[in-house]
Amino acid sequence: MRRQHAVDIFMWVLCGIALALVILPAVDIILDVLIHSAGSWSLGLLTTTTFGEGGGLLNAWTGTLVLMFLLFLLAAPIGVLGGIYLAEYSSLRGARILRFASEMLAGVPSIVVGYVIYLVFVIVFGWSFSVLAGVLALTIMVTPYIMKSTEAALNQVPSNLREGGSALGLSHSLTIRRILLPIALPGILNGLVVAEAIGMGETAPLIYTAGWSNSLPTLQLIHQPIGYLTYAVWTYINQPSAQAHQLAYSAAALLLIFLLLLIGLSRWVGTRASRYTSRFQV
Amino acid sequence: MAVQSKNLTRSGRSAVRSKGTSDVSLGDRLVRWLALLGAAFPLVAVVFIVAVLLINAFPSILFNGWGFLYHQSWAFGNFYGNATVTRNGVTAPAGASYGALPFIGGTLLSSVIAFLVGVPIAIGAALMLAEKTPGPLRRQLSFFLELLAGIPSVIYGLWGLIVLGPFLSKSVYPVLSKLGGIIPWLGGPVGSGQGLLTAGLVLAVMIIPIVATTTRDLLAQVPTLPREGALALGLTSWESVRYVSLPWVRSGIVGAAILGWVRALGETMAVLIVSGNGANALPANIYGPVSTIAAAIVALLDSAESDPTRLAVSALAEAGLILMGITLVTNILARFLVRRVSVTNLPIGRGI
Repeated sequence: MRRQHAVDIFMWVLCGIALALVILPAVDIILDVLIHSAGSWSLGLLTTTTFGEGGGLLNAWTGTLVLMFLLFLLAAPIGVLGGIYLAEYSSLRGARILRFASEMLAGVPSIVVGYVIYLVFVIVFGWSFSVLAGVLALTIMVTPYIMKSTEAALNQVPSNLREGGSALGLSHSLTIRRILLPIALPGILNGLVVAEAIGMGETAPLIYTAGWSNSLPTLQLIHQPIGYLTYAVWTYINQPSAQAHQLAYSAAALLLIFLLLLIGLSRWVGTRASRYTSRFQV
Repeated sequence: MAVQSKNLTRSGRSAVRSKGTSDVSLGDRLVRWLALLGAAFPLVAVVFIVAVLLINAFPSILFNGWGFLYHQSWAFGNFYGNATVTRNGVTAPAGASYGALPFIGGTLLSSVIAFLVGVPIAIGAALMLAEKTPGPLRRQLSFFLELLAGIPSVIYGLWGLIVLGPFLSKSVYPVLSKLGGIIPWLGGPVGSGQGLLTAGLVLAVMIIPIVATTTRDLLAQVPTLPREGALALGLTSWESVRYVSLPWVRSGIVGAAILGWVRALGETMAVLIVSGNGANALPANIYGPVSTIAAAIVALLDSAESDPTRLAVSALAEAGLILMGITLVTNILARFLVRRVSVTNLPIGRGI
């Protein structure tokens, strides 16, 4: 009996140490980024573009926003429609195959996606480093996540609501649009926010597709590279000068702030949307 | 009536779906087709990626043969001389020789370190979080874990390069290297803190949030009654976790662990920053510089572009194909494993 309790205490102490080992590096990462970047916080950081190993990050943070916006335009319809198909239209076997492909795509390493887009669109199609090539690479990466969350959200809608729609004589697409989608909205939006966070944090698929630019983003979709924050972190931490390191840390701090905003957005949208959809709950 | 029974299993949709197709309007059919296009996108993308890689890797496969898998050299040859060599109908600059073993080995070794270090810590932390942490603190720590899962990989790399690597090489590796007499690959020079072990540990920190959040969610699904039953039988709380909760969610944890491993296999930026870029040989000890396939593609593509015969670009495509193959096989194995186990173990019906 005493041995049992000794084991009990020993194992829980180990688990406690494990939790500490998870929390400590995390706190250290965040503090490290904040402390190292603190010296360079100024309005100029946000309002001037990068030149040489100094300047600001205007081109990078606006570029990141442009990439995220275009990613939303391209990936959200594909992913949500795909999720609707899997949940509402597909036969069981068809859904199994498509879902399997989607899981495989989610497992493809991001650099492989970037390399393929580079080989085909940047080189063969002659787009050179361009916004569209970068957005295409990101779309391939995040679509499986949007599809999966959309399908899961639709599957959680009580089945009698579908039958109710059918009993009212609504067509299937109208049932989906007017009854099922509003109820599934929180889950779908959450998947979209996750996808945007992935798109914001990726570097590898963008280096050889979107390239990098020291000037502001333009409206041109091809033949024109674009700057983004993750590239600034990677490239300036590899430069020896202290000034470059400052810039890398500033970009990292901006990324953390964007991430916090996205998480906040997802919580806000989640509570708003669930209050809205609670009217539909049976 | 096979169709009938299928509909019964997804009873929710049967009423809508069994409607005849004749009275389906044009708009309805349009939505259906658009949705099918969306759903087919991942399949098309996977086929496209594999096809592009195969086509581009073909010259390299012909030129290098099986040696690509076990040679330890990566030389583009002389781009600027006129001398060339031709093997199996593929022309390359003189001196070109491609062996990806250092990259393949680096990929496998660093991800195995991440797996061995990260998974036990993640499961322990999830247990602590689910079983022994009071409510308000648990919510805050959980939020923290989710934040961690979202931190971009370049930031992990930044931290590994500036903070973790120097700390380890100064304070931890010298102690560890004293064990060199017992375990040979732990001995030898510890270097600057950029290398295999640092890369593996940074990867471990990166996969922990994925494994830990999944495990925590799974543990929350274990019903209360069997756990209370275990306690009533006189088991300690650890034994109840060990013999009731963990077996209950075992297949899910296996799935989460493999998911983490796949992420470590394909991780690019963090490894590129902290691995020390050892391109031409496997590391001599666990602290030595390495490179992985993913990191090598980023690091070498710029110079590969100047190869007039384009064999260098093709060799990187072959490396990418191997990486893709490793992750796909792992994914398929994981699905097979998890589904087989889950039939008996996963709590499908939540109410007991």
